[in-house]
Amino acid sequence: MTRDPLARRGLLRRLPEAWRQPLAVVGAVLAVAWIVVALAAPVLAPHDPLAQDLPRLAAPGPGHWFGTDQLGRDILSRVLHGARVSIPLTLLLVTLSVLIGGLLGACAGYFGRWVDETIMRVADLVFAFPTVILAMVVAAALGASLGNAVLAVLVVAWPAYARVTRGLVLGIREREFVLSGRLLGFSVWRSLRVDVLPNVTGPVLVLATLDIGTALLLLSGLSFLGLGAKPPSPEWGAMVASGVEVFDSWWVATFPGLAILTVVLAFNFLGDTLRDALDPRTARAIKERAL
Amino acid sequence: MTLEISGLKVSIGGKEILRGVDLGLAAGRVHGLAGESGSGKTMTGLAVLGLLPHGARASGTVRLGERDLLALPAKELNRVRGGEVAMVFQDPATSLHPMLTIGRQLTEHMRHHLRLGRTEAKERAVELLGKVRIPGPAQAYGRFPHQFSGGMRQRIAIAIALACSPKVLIADEPTTALDVTVQAGVLRLLRGLCDELGLAVLLVTHDLGVMSAVADEVSVMKDGLVVESGPRGRVLREPAHAYTRSLLGSLPGAGTAEPGGPGDPGGPGAGPAPEGER
Amino acid sequence: MPDKEDPPAPRPRRVAHPLARFLIRRLLLAVLMAWGITLVTFVLTNLVPGDPVAANLGQRALGDPAIVAQWRAEHGLDKPLWQQYLIHLQGLVQGDLGTSQQSHRPVAQDLAEYVPATLELAGAAILVSLVLGVAFGVVAALRRDRLPDHALRVLSLVGISVPTFWLALVAFYVFFYRLQLTPGSGRVDAALGSAPPVTGLQTVDALLAGRWDIFSSAAGHLVTPALVLALYTIGLLTRFTRSAVLEVLGQDYVRAARAKGLPGRTILFRYVLRSALVPIITVAGLAFGSLLSGTVLVEAIFAWPGIGQYAYKSATTLDLPAVMGVGLVVGVVYLVINLIVDVLYGVIDPRVRLQ
Ligand SMILES: Nc1ncnc2c1ncn2[C@@H]1O[C@H](COP(=O)(O)OP(=O)(O)O)[C@@H](O)[C@H]1O
Ligand SMILES: [Mg+2]
Repeated sequence: MTRDPLARRGLLRRLPEAWRQPLAVVGAVLAVAWIVVALAAPVLAPHDPLAQDLPRLAAPGPGHWFGTDQLGRDILSRVLHGARVSIPLTLLLVTLSVLIGGLLGACAGYFGRWVDETIMRVADLVFAFPTVILAMVVAAALGASLGNAVLAVLVVAWPAYARVTRGLVLGIREREFVLSGRLLGFSVWRSLRVDVLPNVTGPVLVLATLDIGTALLLLSGLSFLGLGAKPPSPEWGAMVASGVEVFDSWWVATFPGLAILTVVLAFNFLGDTLRDALDPRTARAIKERAL
Repeated sequence: MTLEISGLKVSIGGKEILRGVDLGLAAGRVHGLAGESGSGKTMTGLAVLGLLPHGARASGTVRLGERDLLALPAKELNRVRGGEVAMVFQDPATSLHPMLTIGRQLTEHMRHHLRLGRTEAKERAVELLGKVRIPGPAQAYGRFPHQFSGGMRQRIAIAIALACSPKVLIADEPTTALDVTVQAGVLRLLRGLCDELGLAVLLVTHDLGVMSAVADEVSVMKDGLVVESGPRGRVLREPAHAYTRSLLGSLPGAGTAEPGGPGDPGGPGAGPAPEGER
Repeated sequence: MPDKEDPPAPRPRRVAHPLARFLIRRLLLAVLMAWGITLVTFVLTNLVPGDPVAANLGQRALGDPAIVAQWRAEHGLDKPLWQQYLIHLQGLVQGDLGTSQQSHRPVAQDLAEYVPATLELAGAAILVSLVLGVAFGVVAALRRDRLPDHALRVLSLVGISVPTFWLALVAFYVFFYRLQLTPGSGRVDAALGSAPPVTGLQTVDALLAGRWDIFSSAAGHLVTPALVLALYTIGLLTRFTRSAVLEVLGQDYVRAARAKGLPGRTILFRYVLRSALVPIITVAGLAFGSLLSGTVLVEAIFAWPGIGQYAYKSATTLDLPAVMGVGLVVGVVYLVINLIVDVLYGVIDPRVRLQ
């Protein structure tokens, strides 16, 4: 039984070239920096992110470089600690949508017929809603909490993976090396796991990288709307929302917003470079199905 | 010689694709260019019109009258394209724009190069469609490419190429993508137009059978070089180069490749192409 | 000598018939989807953990079982769920979206008031995105791997990475509060009065009434929120147009057009853009969805009286009928957009229109 020799090596072989691009380097450095911040925030942060012991609404200056908010909390410390809230949640979110969407899409593509019809029509239905509105509806129905916000984003995020995986599986299913496995009497699950999975991981990983940004934007957007993280939590979207009330103290909203921007940008830079490293056909499939 | 290619070299990304091609085309003659897939036949044709892919470099000369096409400024080259040197591509399914009518695609360069008015251009277009034997040319004028069969589309592509009365026609495998049954008709048409209009034709093909049916001169390419060139009868009957012999040997009905006359496509040329190139 | 090998060219087909059939099929699909949307909103409404009785009746009434039972019967809450859904559906067909707990008015009435403002904002934003996004994408493709391409790539990636709600706040702070370049919140300067409502779009109504003062005020109010809203879709369309154009540039028929010696302008507009438009309008349809999402975040900041702000207020006060109404309307608007995209396919591509 032969495996498609191009599938995995294609991406790996082109990676070194991709790394030479400045965008990819900037993206990688930013992403690593933020992950370090998320891990080391308690060490890096100069203050307790919840302590209200500084002068209120102090402009950025020595001792509190990002200023303080209306409750006298250090914004720098809150932004650093915010990474511990947003980054793990976003990664969890994307992992879950990859697993759920990928599994559903693979089933749709592999089994076809009514399984395919059912799954893909539901996916279409979710696609028929603008994401923030659907997520907002779900979050409102479930009740405002960070966990429910994650669930709401999950509801709108899985169909992209279902579509891409289904398309890729459909393309691979009929190929020789899968059919020969079936002829040799391997079970459906074995052929899904051994033949199909390795061939879809590359494209799905690229899509997931690009989606980290989208998921973070959506999650922080829900918190901004008051449907996610609750007040004392140093969640970035909620911090921007608190800055709306005191918008002449520009620093309250500016720094958490910049934090969101740089994290999203980092993963978009990375994902975009990775997509170029894929072969053009797969790259196009990702673009068309995932929007 | 109407068009003279000499020492043509093309490289893409450091890779040498043509390594010094020499070819001459004369008015009223069909020059066949043979060679296996990837030997550089298409690149030769594209280099003449400056249509090489992104990142390609060309050197050498392509002489048309007094001018060297490779050294021509973009604006003047654009006047040569379509006006003096025209090209027909391999696959008529992809070389016509699917969303524009036949009439539009036939007249726009006429109006641009020949400065014809709308009605004059249309008259000439309908006449051309008749000349390439499209049934009902007046109705065909307003239709879209997908409403025609492959053979018809290639005839339309030929009509488009001839619209501005060029002196040179480069036909890149004009029959490879067509059904065997319609190949002969398209070749016969090309040969007839060459004789009638005094065109200099470069007929690219990897099918030596096609070659033997219509070409006056034959050149054989291998790895970016012309390895053999001469009158059809000599090249096909007494190939001097071992590579030409092996090409001839790979024909169906090998060895007995008796070239037929120009108007006789019933020879080996009507056989199916030995390898699909696409 | 006539050629017998080719079959005769087919007779031209009637144009209207196949397109109509195509549209009817899409329309049926859209109706099916709309029905799915009602199902989703209904299910979500009933997922809500809180008791709607408690949310709607006062403390005193809650203590009286008779009143509670009567209220439940009045609102059909004592019936099985599927019957409740049928009643809900019947109401929807009659234009009854329930009553907002916040405004105590029918949700349909609220929405009718807020929808035009959002359509004006989102319409302006999609126009800007299409013009700029397509232009940027074409430039990037034509200058591929050169400075403009790299610059536009960074720009479009930044565009899709900026949190819209934050950008709205920054724009409001910088352009209105600090520089005082733009008018503040709302749709039009209240002192000017308003033009007689015809379309509900302030700029259009002002033009219809010939009120230039109102028009320029309305347009001035529109610029900043529309640009903020458009940034994401500009980025999206730039990236997408670039790859669509590059793909078309590699097509045989473009090379054939160049071989005909046509001027570059003609090739770009007539050959390249026409083909690239098909994937571009698909994405533009999807982009409109993300614009509607964005209105929720932008309208809140600019106090733009549209459904985005209505949705925001309803969501934060857990006014479920209102939230569901917004979901329903927006879902249907999105379906209509998709239908328009399908019609455009037919207009652009004769292969869809004929046969
Ligand atoms: N866009 C391109 N980039 C790099 N190499 C190319 C490109 N197009 C063709 N080639 C290479 O150029 C050589 C000649 O191709 P071509 O002229 O199309 O051959 P032929 O028409 O004789 O089959 C081939 O080896 C092919 O791999
Ligand atoms: Mg070729």
